[in-house]
Amino acid sequence: MDSKKIPQTVPRQSWTFSNEVNAEIRRAAATGIYDIRGGGAKRRVPHFDDLLFLGASISRYPLEGYREKCATDVVLGARFAKKPIHLKIPVTIAGMSFGALSAPAKEALGRGATLAGTSTTTGDGGMTEEERGHSETLVYQYLPSRYGMNPDDLRRADAIEIVVGQGAKPGGGGMLLGQKITDRVAEMRNLPVGIDQRSACRHPDWTGPDDLEIKILELREITGWEKPIYVKLGGARPYYDTALAVKAGADVVVLDGMQGGTAATQDVFIEHVGQPTLACIRPAVKALQDLGMHRTVQLVVSGGIRTGADVAKALALGADAVAIGTAALVALGDNDPHWEDEYRKLGTTTGAYDDWHEGRDPAGITTQDPELMKRLDPIEGGRRLRNYLAVLTLECQTIARACGKSHVHNLEPEDLCALTIEAAAMAGVPLAGTDWIPGKTGF
Amino acid sequence: MQTIDMATTPLRDLNAKLQAQAGQTNQTQWEIANPKGAHAIAVGLDAPIEVTVKGSTGYYCAGMNKLATVKVTGSAGPGVAENMMSGTVVIEGDASQYAGATGQGGLLVIKGNASSRCGISMKGIDIVVFGNIGHMSAFMAQSGNLVVLGNAGEALGDSLYEARLFVRGSVKSLGADCIEKEMRPEHIAILQDLLDRSGAPAKPQEFRRYGSARTLYNFHVDNAAAY
Repeated sequence: MDSKKIPQTVPRQSWTFSNEVNAEIRRAAATGIYDIRGGGAKRRVPHFDDLLFLGASISRYPLEGYREKCATDVVLGARFAKKPIHLKIPVTIAGMSFGALSAPAKEALGRGATLAGTSTTTGDGGMTEEERGHSETLVYQYLPSRYGMNPDDLRRADAIEIVVGQGAKPGGGGMLLGQKITDRVAEMRNLPVGIDQRSACRHPDWTGPDDLEIKILELREITGWEKPIYVKLGGARPYYDTALAVKAGADVVVLDGMQGGTAATQDVFIEHVGQPTLACIRPAVKALQDLGMHRTVQLVVSGGIRTGADVAKALALGADAVAIGTAALVALGDNDPHWEDEYRKLGTTTGAYDDWHEGRDPAGITTQDPELMKRLDPIEGGRRLRNYLAVLTLECQTIARACGKSHVHNLEPEDLCALTIEAAAMAGVPLAGTDWIPGKTGF
Repeated sequence: MQTIDMATTPLRDLNAKLQAQAGQTNQTQWEIANPKGAHAIAVGLDAPIEVTVKGSTGYYCAGMNKLATVKVTGSAGPGVAENMMSGTVVIEGDASQYAGATGQGGLLVIKGNASSRCGISMKGIDIVVFGNIGHMSAFMAQSGNLVVLGNAGEALGDSLYEARLFVRGSVKSLGADCIEKEMRPEHIAILQDLLDRSGAPAKPQEFRRYGSARTLYNFHVDNAAAY
């Protein structure tokens, strides 16, 4: 038989050993070091996209889209703080450090958030004048490293966020590599210029919830019981961690799922430690409900919030507000196609650029390079962020009105159904077309 | 001398009164009676006043202190003088874990022993311990000076940055990247000053100096076994 006529086996790529996996094996073999990158989990996990709102019909009537009021304000920290935070919208800006971000980027975040009536948050490395000066409402992170921590900044903050963990790396500390440890960053962190800075993963002076309660007492005493105290958790064990944060005296719990970004950490950490945001919300809400603290201690959810629909779904599942990080950077210009030629020179492409730790960001956001950071106009960046936050809010209101709600906080799990069994189980809402909530109800 | 009795005065009122002392106050001498191990005593002070706590304290006594001198006649619980910015804190007895943690300035004197993680992540504070210190002390210490007249426990100065460690007695073990270093004249001078200011009964020549080998400042796979 003519060998040319014999049907050939089509070359078949391994699903297990994909080109992407093999490339990483080769990279590891060549360098001997794990891959470090920024951002959150890139793998596909059950997410808000797997939920749908039911909308109104005969059993529930909707509100008129552009005429009937649908309020969006949120108060955070009224449990113990004398001066709780009042925000106009339920979307806040998550903690991102000066060092990881350029000073103009921090200024742009402050400008945009202030125009939109919401808060920004500091990060590892202390408070800069750029962010304090341009953020009407600023949350000051209290991190294990305590870089730049001082009582004066504590007192001029509007709220204090004790960071226990973050979604990209629950159980991991911060990382800022030498390329970004400039003179100014080094001075703020009291470190030598150019070193690879690895922050501690645990707080240096407390361990466990009993200690945390005393730490919160100390911070309240130093700040005259004025400031709301948030406790930020990575999405590890949301039921117990939320309950323990409440027990320790938190005013607000911030819960960050695995899609939440980081400035830099090991890829293996980002992709394999922690739970998806969707899986974290209901256990945290249940903990609050079991303790009689739902809506008394506010829940802020972050990790993969992109649209007003995501905001509305998080609120419907029981959150009081959400926080955005990656999306805010994209609004400023991160991973913008405008810089495609430069992304290609760095061996990447628009949308995939995540080597934020290298400090060569073409968009001038995740860099300390004086020339690159000039590319971001903080005023224009602030305007773009304000616009984006306005769209998130309008979209959320659109959905809430369609569900007949006069306040976005009136959204509830009963407004939702799930497209997949996994999402139904995680969110605790029925699979579409059924009344089945896996693990809760029969079918 | 103003006396505040914690048997009758709530913690909030105590701290509010001390925090309200402006820089020009003429009420510079304060005494706190009946602390009975309460937490967060005399925290967040920001005036050159002198506060004497008559007894022992719980967690975080003199936390984030600025300018003030705080003396504890008994022993101090965990995190005494944590994140201190300036001023002086003196403990007549022993100190529990994390003494002087992340302190950025000022002088902490512990006349007894200090437990584990003394000076953890210190960022400029000077700490003088008349007795011994526990394990993992000066972990990730960034700057400042830790002086120990007695012995140091395991893993002293693990992952140290630029802090200087002076130990008169034995060191059970050194942590990753911490090495013994030459005691030069400038170190003798620093040590003499600290011993003088703290009233420590020792001579600089009796101490050994430890510091960072700086081999872990930038990650290299050949050093992976050290982590």
